[in-house]
Amino acid sequence: MSATDLSPVTSADAVTAPGVLRRMMSGAAGRNIGLVIALGLLCVFGVVTAGERFASIDNLMTILRLAAVIGVLSVGMTFVITGGGIDLSVGSVLGLASVWATTLATQTMAENLHWSVMVFTALAVGAGAGLVNGVLIAYGKVVAFIATLAMMVAARGLAEMIANRQTQIVHVDTFLDVFRAELLGVSVLVWIFAAVAVVGWVLLNRTTFGRRTLAVGGNPEAARLAGINVERHTVYLYVLAGVAAGIAAVMMLARTTAGSSTHGQLYELDAIAAVVVGGTLLAGGRGTIVGTVFGVLIFSTLTNVFTQNNLSISAQAVAKGVIIVAAVLLQQRLAARTRST
Amino acid sequence: MVDGVQSEGCPGAGPTVPSDVLLHMHGIVKHFPGAKALDGVDLEVVAGEVHCLLGQNGAGKSTLIKVLSGAHQPDSGSIEFEGRALSVPNPVAALRAGVATMYQELDVVDGLSVAENVFLGHEITRGGFTRRRELLGRTAELLARLGHPGISPTTEVGRLSAAEQQIVSMARALSHRARVIIMDEPSAVLDSEEVANLFRVVRELTGQGVAVVYISHRLEEIRQVGDRITVLKDGRTVAAGLPASTPTRDLIRLMTGRTVEHAFPRRAGVPADAEVLLRVDGLGLAGRFEGVSFSVRAGEVVGLAGLVGSGRSEILETIVGARRATAGTVEVAGRRLRPGSVSAAVAAGAGLAPEERKRQGLLLDEPLYRNITLSSFARFARAGFLDERAERGAARQQLLATDLRPADPDRTARTFSGGNQQKAMLARWLEHGCRVLLLDEPTRGVDVGARAEIYGLVRRLAERGAAVVIVSSEIDEVLGLADTVLVISEGRVVHTGPAELIDEHAVLDLVMEGSAA
Repeated sequence: MSATDLSPVTSADAVTAPGVLRRMMSGAAGRNIGLVIALGLLCVFGVVTAGERFASIDNLMTILRLAAVIGVLSVGMTFVITGGGIDLSVGSVLGLASVWATTLATQTMAENLHWSVMVFTALAVGAGAGLVNGVLIAYGKVVAFIATLAMMVAARGLAEMIANRQTQIVHVDTFLDVFRAELLGVSVLVWIFAAVAVVGWVLLNRTTFGRRTLAVGGNPEAARLAGINVERHTVYLYVLAGVAAGIAAVMMLARTTAGSSTHGQLYELDAIAAVVVGGTLLAGGRGTIVGTVFGVLIFSTLTNVFTQNNLSISAQAVAKGVIIVAAVLLQQRLAARTRST
Repeated sequence: MVDGVQSEGCPGAGPTVPSDVLLHMHGIVKHFPGAKALDGVDLEVVAGEVHCLLGQNGAGKSTLIKVLSGAHQPDSGSIEFEGRALSVPNPVAALRAGVATMYQELDVVDGLSVAENVFLGHEITRGGFTRRRELLGRTAELLARLGHPGISPTTEVGRLSAAEQQIVSMARALSHRARVIIMDEPSAVLDSEEVANLFRVVRELTGQGVAVVYISHRLEEIRQVGDRITVLKDGRTVAAGLPASTPTRDLIRLMTGRTVEHAFPRRAGVPADAEVLLRVDGLGLAGRFEGVSFSVRAGEVVGLAGLVGSGRSEILETIVGARRATAGTVEVAGRRLRPGSVSAAVAAGAGLAPEERKRQGLLLDEPLYRNITLSSFARFARAGFLDERAERGAARQQLLATDLRPADPDRTARTFSGGNQQKAMLARWLEHGCRVLLLDEPTRGVDVGARAEIYGLVRRLAERGAAVVIVSSEIDEVLGLADTVLVISEGRVVHTGPAELIDEHAVLDLVMEGSAA
């Protein structure tokens, strides 16, 4: 599915070759077409109801900034889910990493040495939490849902202990200068999201790591008998999701200029929703980074459109729920159809 | 060929059905894609008898009982039950009619109590509430009737022994007021004392007018508990209603002697100085098999014959490290393998094509070429980046080498037939460069034409210097393909020798009677 993910669909194809169109609609490209249409409809709705306020460069940047943090988490989540797992802990790990990177000790060291100390701290915390998840799941044979649920609770608690439930203001100016800057008129945070997505796409579709992920998620028994070290690869997948949470923590620090044990609450659910809506199979074995990016954009555009129209957060939640169910129903239909042909 | 036997032991055959005939299945045909599982089976069961169903693996026993229990729909044929035409569109209909099935894998729910299991799906309720006391009372009655008043209806089923779980399963069958109970290899999980008790229960049931359809591979059991025998072969009834005292030799003759003779390629003969590629020494897996030793030279095909559950598949899986051996060693080309590591075995050049290709072997929704390169794709990568064009090219070469059709590397694995999926598994290990090939049931679900091709392929691989170990339930396949045969019975090797010096009857005799040659 890697190649078809990005294959161009011209309108000529659609008009002259219904057979080709049908095949594309039932394939991976078809799912992405559905996502493009959904995003398009949302934008039309936004323009109609909010006009200039919605259709402006400023607002576009707002949407992208909103999408960036969840987006990075979602790319990591795409790997875990494609590999047949689930990671409920990424939101808490984000919070823990944000706190650990902003302790007095870390910030002092960052001021004396380099701002990157804070980045490394956040990434190391993320990787460490992912390592614990991965080892518990791959070698301890704990069900992924339970192991990461435990990590979700424990990481949040640890973050509260370290921060003593207080917000930790970032006072390393060099750090803020770097991450709150803009490049070509676009926030650094959005660039980071873009970079993570591109690296994720290449990793999933063009490398042996991606191939192993598909194999481990698609049929772990077959992968094992083919000589793939399923346990080790599973650990890598959770470490990767943890590192993504660490990157997201850095972005969160930049956006809010503070570390807090409440950062990232329920983000894991937003990330899972974006991944599933994007077309990655929750059962594993099939994943799409492009779809995930669309999923993230759909949700952040939805939030933006609803906010522009002064609709309540509760109404947003209802709409999100409907979208998730619709996407999964569609996914099952498509899966059933590819199976029967 | 078998006409004589058929007429002699078939009291109830004919257009008029005697009143004591409880169940009459006639001309049952069932096709599966690419294979005819049942090709006109007749079965007649009389009230109060134990009717044994005998046949080799693949003869159609399982399909037949699945038709009777409503799990499969026959393509043609009729079922009469208690003198009336019976249709069983689903398992519930079968239970309602009075036909209950005890499957080989016990179908009890571990977390529920004995009583809850017995009345699962037809709980005694009033207004939506279960009537607990009545439930427990009725269960206790059934258990007493089965001669096991000692089992408490409130015990969690997961805590019971396999034999006791079987009693629960039987109580469930009785709770449906079943007139016919089908037992699929009920003795497989039991020790001899428990088997004796099972027989006592079976006798009590038949004494009450219940008919039991009993499936077993153990002839001695059939002699002890059976009344009459129906023999199936290649999806047909070859003998109906034989007395249980029919001599072993006759039964085995009926079960073998196929109508379809497979063409096996000629053996080339293994030079005595050929390198030993696989050496298995004293290999054991606690509770499954023990003391398995053999070696395979380059160019040699070794066949493991034995019944399902005799430990054959486990031996292959242990050799390749998918199960961790509790005793013994495995050497591939002189290098000792790390136990319990498939990666190590694959790196050393040993590969397993597993019994259940779809579940254990293939990525069904991935294109064929990725299935073929699953154990070698790293070779097509530079610094981790895959060169898919080179990968596809290599896969295409293997498609040609194995004559896999259609030779389209981009089609998903799911869309290929069983025979071609099996060729894909062989192609995977060819591409990997394996010199030790372990093939578990390589022709299961493969049609006749493709079988011959796979046999030829296995032979060619051997001639090019591979060491092949093949496991098959079809004894003629093992004998026809292998140079050396090991007969496995209940986790032990009971015979080792050249394939030319043993025939199908002798092998069946070894595995069914368990006697040493």
